[in-house]
Amino acid sequence: MRRKDVPQNEALFGGWKEVTYAVDDDGRYVLVESVGWEPANIANHMAWESIDTEVGAVLARVRAGKLSPLAYHMARHQMDPGLLAGYARLFRWQVRRHMKPAGFRRISPALADRYAGIFRITRQELMSVPEGDPPSDPVK
Amino acid sequence: MESHLTPSFPHRQSAHCESGVAANLLTHHGFPLTEDMAFGIGGGLFFAYFPFLRVNHLPLTTFRSAPGKIIRQVAKRLGVGVTFRTFRDEESGMAELDRLLASGVPVGAQTGVYWLPYFPPALRFHFNAHNLVVCGKEGDSYRISDPVIGEPVLCGAADLKRARFAKGPLAPNGKMYFLTNVPKSVDPVPAIREAIREVCRRMTRIPIPLIGVRGIRYLAGQVESWPSRLGERRALLYLGNVIRMQEEVGTGGGGFRFIYAAFLQEAAAVLDEHRLLDFSRRMTAIGDRWRDFAVAGARLCKGRPQGNDDFPALARIVRECADAEDGLFRELDALMRSGRHGVRK
Repeated sequence: MRRKDVPQNEALFGGWKEVTYAVDDDGRYVLVESVGWEPANIANHMAWESIDTEVGAVLARVRAGKLSPLAYHMARHQMDPGLLAGYARLFRWQVRRHMKPAGFRRISPALADRYAGIFRITRQELMSVPEGDPPSDPVK
Repeated sequence: MESHLTPSFPHRQSAHCESGVAANLLTHHGFPLTEDMAFGIGGGLFFAYFPFLRVNHLPLTTFRSAPGKIIRQVAKRLGVGVTFRTFRDEESGMAELDRLLASGVPVGAQTGVYWLPYFPPALRFHFNAHNLVVCGKEGDSYRISDPVIGEPVLCGAADLKRARFAKGPLAPNGKMYFLTNVPKSVDPVPAIREAIREVCRRMTRIPIPLIGVRGIRYLAGQVESWPSRLGERRALLYLGNVIRMQEEVGTGGGGFRFIYAAFLQEAAAVLDEHRLLDFSRRMTAIGDRWRDFAVAGARLCKGRPQGNDDFPALARIVRECADAEDGLFRELDALMRSGRHGVRK
């Protein structure tokens, strides 16, 4: 890749830039700043779309009374029961039980606080899901 | 108010976190090293495709050696002492970090990126093999030299603790490392030769279909089969994932091939071996071909294929990369084996 060909397709990095290796006019490698590259932006966007789809599907099931709010917060944070169990210091089967409305209603305040702490939300926020569409793809 | 600052740490933004940390730590300790030299001496270039190892339900593609290997190999090959520590207990992990900082030692750390507040939101996934240097403490915040970020940043203690003890695959468990014994000077020639041969060997002589050049060919076959095996939607997801592993921040572009080309160029001067310049140019061309794969793949993902864009066409590009790398690494190994270079006149 030549220095003059280093892409500058802004999308992913907010205010900052990455550096990439490119050759200058003498064929010598230099580090060149870039605000981004379209194919990488597209692939990243696909990953977020996937997450958003999952979150939307889970949210619908929560609103239909099939899953607990915990399932929503878990999906929102790109976690599955295994990963959340790791953070919560629980077994996977316990997390799965808490994903059901009845199981979730029975958790202790202390455990609710532990879950809320993991997601950096209040206990009240843990017990509910947002109105309207969930926050989505940070790149959009 | 506690304030321990290691004397101004030589932060340099890098294309790849682990090589950047290695280079910056060594430079700090009086042994100047560029990132590409760290990547090369650390034997960072690799390829593997593991369909049975899933990250977010998608097969694992890697263009680089296992996390942690670069630092270990750089240290070993240059005769530098490095101490690694992991912790079961978060508090002792932070206490030990504080102790080292207080004695003026900058500390490398493996972290997850999901919990790092300064990381761009679009890149905050549960990726746990990130490396950074903690180079100071100011009150309840740490000064972080994160190689993929332009400037050193401040990070709150709670956030750093969370990142150091992130859970999931490749969980860091508070892993930290620091250099203990940096020799005044080292002859880099044997280190470079050995490191190049290791990469050549790994890419061409491991008889496992998923590894090295064989792995690249395996990926080509997989790419071709995705639409019929997985359906259009999942095929595009798999494709997007490979593009991310190849190009998302931290690879320097072209799946680390450009960084390696830069290393070969620098090594040509150190080894006094001009033929390495030719290998560097060939490696650059290979990186460009991987980039072509990403460009065409992204067009498919976006639903805007051009001309002959389709999965078989993508597979052809990948096979070209396999053939080119196969030839390059075999010839490069032969050159290094001949040993007729690096003789100081």
